[in-house]
Amino acid sequence: MIELLATVGRVFIGFLAHVGRLAAFAGTAISHIFRPPFYLRLLLRSMIEIGYYSLPVVGLTAIFSGMVLALQSYTGFARFSAEGAVATVVVLSMTRELGPVLAGLMVAGRIGASMAAEIGTMRVTEQIDALVTLSTNPFKYLVSPRILAGTLMLPFLVVIADIIGVFGGYIVGVYKLGFNPASYIKATWEYLKLVDVVSGLTKAAVFGFLISLMGCYHGYYSKGGAQGVGAATTNSVVSAAILILVFNYVITTLYFGK
Amino acid sequence: MTMTEQPKIKLTNVHKSFGKKVVLDGIDLSVAKGESVVVIGGSGTGKSVMLKSILGLLTPETGSITVDGEEVIGMGSRDRSRIMRKFGMLFQGGALFDSLKVWENVAFGLIQGGQMERTQAYAIALEKLEQVGLAPSTAELWPSELSGGMQKRVSLARAIATKPEIIFFDEPTTGLDPIMADVINGLIVKCVKEVGATALSITHDMASARKISDRIAMLYKGRLIWVGPSKDIDHSGNEFVDQFIHGRADGPITMELRA
Repeated sequence: MIELLATVGRVFIGFLAHVGRLAAFAGTAISHIFRPPFYLRLLLRSMIEIGYYSLPVVGLTAIFSGMVLALQSYTGFARFSAEGAVATVVVLSMTRELGPVLAGLMVAGRIGASMAAEIGTMRVTEQIDALVTLSTNPFKYLVSPRILAGTLMLPFLVVIADIIGVFGGYIVGVYKLGFNPASYIKATWEYLKLVDVVSGLTKAAVFGFLISLMGCYHGYYSKGGAQGVGAATTNSVVSAAILILVFNYVITTLYFGK
Repeated sequence: MTMTEQPKIKLTNVHKSFGKKVVLDGIDLSVAKGESVVVIGGSGTGKSVMLKSILGLLTPETGSITVDGEEVIGMGSRDRSRIMRKFGMLFQGGALFDSLKVWENVAFGLIQGGQMERTQAYAIALEKLEQVGLAPSTAELWPSELSGGMQKRVSLARAIATKPEIIFFDEPTTGLDPIMADVINGLIVKCVKEVGATALSITHDMASARKISDRIAMLYKGRLIWVGPSKDIDHSGNEFVDQFIHGRADGPITMELRA
């Protein structure tokens, strides 16, 4: 019995230590965003890597999600003769939920993994130690630009994903389901409120922060050669994906919870 | 004590353990200005831990480490970065930044640490590359395009680029063929003399240790068991040292197969 309690206690203490270390890591990284010197060249490089190079994968995800959304809601709503609501359902689902969540998950796989692998490799090949000996703070140089770039670029990606997703719904609606183009677009705009888009972009910024934080954190503390870097990569993607889903619920509650 | 006699680096009774494993068990060592000290010892004896403790990458539990008379253990980040500017380090694996070109690697400490203009830093990088025997054409290559020996040279050029007062060498010849190892040793001696730096190296390569050191210290089980001038190493009268420098399997040092 005592051993069982001891094990539970150990696991719990280990978990708390982990959370504490993560919080300290995030705090340090954020504080360095606001303190000079600033590495604008690195920030720009990260922004291009996260924003521009993720466009194809996010765009593809969005267009097919929008298309399938139109198709599914049409077949569902036809049972209640409510086909007219398809455009509204597509635009609300895309801006509020699917845009940020799918973009977040795709970017977590693409960017979170690559950050963890890159920083993890730098850790195990002593490149991070080398930074310190060259009077360069690794948080400032490696972590802060990536976290800032992630937080800034995810909303940008989600705006694009929203537009492409709605466009996917439009294509299916107009060319497959026989909606009138003008009335489909009118229905899209009619019930869309600013808060729908803003809540989606808030989610995007939080997800971007979480993805880069997880990528950097797991990479920074990776150890033990190739295997350690591999574990760091997996952990960064899994933890980012779970956190995205948890925070998606939390932010939705804050905006729309009654 | 006058300023000239003050040791550049001084370790007093330094202890460091990881969990129950004691790695450094009371290290005392002092390195004078302009002197080159090499610490020898087998794998896992704590050589790297000692070096990382001086660099501030690890924090010892007890003891004192001073650089130019200043205590560095528990130092604030601002003072720490001021002390860091005195240091240069050649890492075992080179630790070149693979996302940067060779010249950017060499100039890194000047541009990022020293806020120098890139054009000016480029000129200095070429000069340092020439100093370690690399052609200017290598400047535009990526580290992954270089051989192991060339990477070590670039790493050496990076370590001396900021004209550090103290240079650390972590296993400078590991993984190199004997001729290239001798070339690197020659470059180390030349560069340290040219910069007028104090050098502290760790190695288990005796040929390297003899060539680059003024004094040798031997680390065994977390303690320095022998310290003396390099020329005396062959008649140290210490059976541990004798076994190590001749590379014999039989003797007082037994390889621990279990940690």
